[in-house]
Amino acid sequence: MGGIPHDHYEPKTKGEKWLHSRLPIVGLMYDTLMIPTPKNLNWMWIWGIVLVFTLVLQIITGIVLVMHYVPHVDMAFASVEHIMRDVNGGHMIRYFHQNGASLFFIAVYAHIFRSLYYGSYKSPREVTWVVGMLMYVLMMGTAFMGYVLPWGQMSFHGTAVITGLFGAIPFIGESVQVWLLGTPNGAIAQPALNRFFSLHYLLPFILLGLTIVHVWAFHTTGNNNPTGVEVRRTSKEDAAKDTLPFWPYFVIKDLFALAIILALFVAVVGFMPNYLGHPDNYIPANPLATPSHIVPEWYFLPFYAVLRAFDQDVWLVIAVNWITFGIIDAKFFGVIAMFGAIVVMALAPWLDTSTVRSGRYRPMFKWWFWLFVVNFILLMWVGARPAEGIYPYIALIGSTYWFAYFLVILPLLGVIEKPNTPPATIEEDFNAHYAPKSDGAKPVASPAE
Amino acid sequence: MFRKLSLTAAMALALTTGQATAAELETEITDYDFSFEGPFGSFDQMQLQRGLQVYTEICAACHGLEYVAFRNLSDDGGPGLPEDQMRAYAEFYEVFDQSLFDGEGDFRPATPADKFPASSLSNAPDLSLMAKARAGFHGPYGTGISQFVNGMGGAEYIASLLTGYHEEPECALEGEPMDGFYNVAFAAGGFPESCKDENGKHKVPGSWIAMAPPLYGDDVDYADGHSTELAEVAKDVSAFLMWTAEPKLMARKQAGLTGVLFLTVLSVLLYLTNKRLWAPHKGKE
Repeated sequence: MGGIPHDHYEPKTKGEKWLHSRLPIVGLMYDTLMIPTPKNLNWMWIWGIVLVFTLVLQIITGIVLVMHYVPHVDMAFASVEHIMRDVNGGHMIRYFHQNGASLFFIAVYAHIFRSLYYGSYKSPREVTWVVGMLMYVLMMGTAFMGYVLPWGQMSFHGTAVITGLFGAIPFIGESVQVWLLGTPNGAIAQPALNRFFSLHYLLPFILLGLTIVHVWAFHTTGNNNPTGVEVRRTSKEDAAKDTLPFWPYFVIKDLFALAIILALFVAVVGFMPNYLGHPDNYIPANPLATPSHIVPEWYFLPFYAVLRAFDQDVWLVIAVNWITFGIIDAKFFGVIAMFGAIVVMALAPWLDTSTVRSGRYRPMFKWWFWLFVVNFILLMWVGARPAEGIYPYIALIGSTYWFAYFLVILPLLGVIEKPNTPPATIEEDFNAHYAPKSDGAKPVASPAE
Repeated sequence: MFRKLSLTAAMALALTTGQATAAELETEITDYDFSFEGPFGSFDQMQLQRGLQVYTEICAACHGLEYVAFRNLSDDGGPGLPEDQMRAYAEFYEVFDQSLFDGEGDFRPATPADKFPASSLSNAPDLSLMAKARAGFHGPYGTGISQFVNGMGGAEYIASLLTGYHEEPECALEGEPMDGFYNVAFAAGGFPESCKDENGKHKVPGSWIAMAPPLYGDDVDYADGHSTELAEVAKDVSAFLMWTAEPKLMARKQAGLTGVLFLTVLSVLLYLTNKRLWAPHKGKE
């Protein structure tokens, strides 16, 4: 795989040859595991493994939780308490699953920002990027539906807010909402809980499938790396100077990083498992009592801020409302903005016009990128504030910058910026950090030495 | 250490209407010290037993504990009642059993497998999860990091509420008489217009709660001779309710500690492996 020349699997024994001519599965695994990987990858390239681990963790803990959970509006809350109190180790499994969602999003945001900085989304890795964005959207859907299942106050009223978004679509909104919730009056009741439960179980397996597609795509193009310079494909020897096989070099490195992250994760689960949750979700759902402060989980907050930023006082919203004869009102505009924020990000490969891939060699881009990161955190913060006083203005400025980054700054920078010259090869970059030994060509030692 | 914390519960935001009405509500939550705070904190068994006594003699008149089974009273990491005491305690309660009388159902004394009765008053909330459904504080600066050291503050909230009954402020006497009782720790109750300034901001902390003051001090006789001052009794029952909300708290912290230690050792081993593995390629030995 990968177009990077390297040694492929050769069946040696009779048995291996027999299997290989019928199903080359060992070869597939070998080539996947031994894929040449740029040897200058830094610590921001560990998040993929963290994400795979977290997906598997969520699926395994989730399968166990389903064995004890009851998807019924009168019993869901009590069944979660049954898990927390009576099931052996149930409280740990449930807290792992609950906090696992947060670990998942921490990792995915780090992964996405790494791609944005090092230009991993750019040609020829557009498909990897778009598949990744699709997975991100699926993750958000899965996390949202999972949050509904305990049927606490936030579950219920959060569902009301999110499904209410679809109600904002002109003409068909109400029908869509009825279709989503499965009740004629759009009430959130048993049908909604059942279908969210069903989809919450289904989507992670689609995510698993897309993970394979995602890996397949970047194994076809080869990994990006901090320089953005491609691995030399001229010969096996040249490629070997730029790369090391994934196993054992990157597996061990990634496992080391994973162990540190998991130590922190287990500390959160063990010592403050409700830190990222909301106390109101320990109150059983009550349609008649709306919590005073409905806040989504932290990982939705930036987009929640975008959703709320465009209220009816923004001139753009007023203008659009007027031009479309009121079809697009403030609420629908907010919904479009929220989904649009993800769409423009998915279009980044075609919006970024720079010829240089890595942000490391783009003096102007760096500033705009870090501003983008700060802006993301700002949006997250303002998304949790009430929509009053100065907060809507901050949200509006932040949302505007989000769109400006993708629609104006990335296209323009490629034209006006004068990038620095990246190193000619990955080997050159690597050796600049780790000078080769003075006695020169030291043979590659086996790890056991 | 009794530290007064002022909590701002920002009440706001109804997305569906696109409108936000907000009133900044101040409440007074006292940061009581509890033995179960922090990564190494654990429940004080005697305190849980005293809290059970307060619950039984006072709270249970109106409130329920529908997620807690009597057998849990003998579990590890809880009040740790001896089994015979727990059985005797359960028999104090009558539960309705549908299977008796050929399916017509009848009351019978509770067994260890039964749950505590639910609330007997419709507007008295179940207390099983109260200590997790109310977070006392989100400090510092709203980040909530203090959870690591202090827990989520639910027990502090309950104790503050139980000791938070005060004389009605003077401003309340000017307007319509209020239903309920003035409590400086309660945020979700009624509030008189006469106690708001021209911007709608509250001039006094807390609000009016329907529950009459349940504790006055010296409400119970403790067999272990512990003080029965109001704050002490309130703390005991709050600790007990923290246990009913999180009965596996000690097992969880134990698992967390084991996990962190194991993963720390694993990290060190993987660090050394990784270093050795890469050394030949990085121009080192």
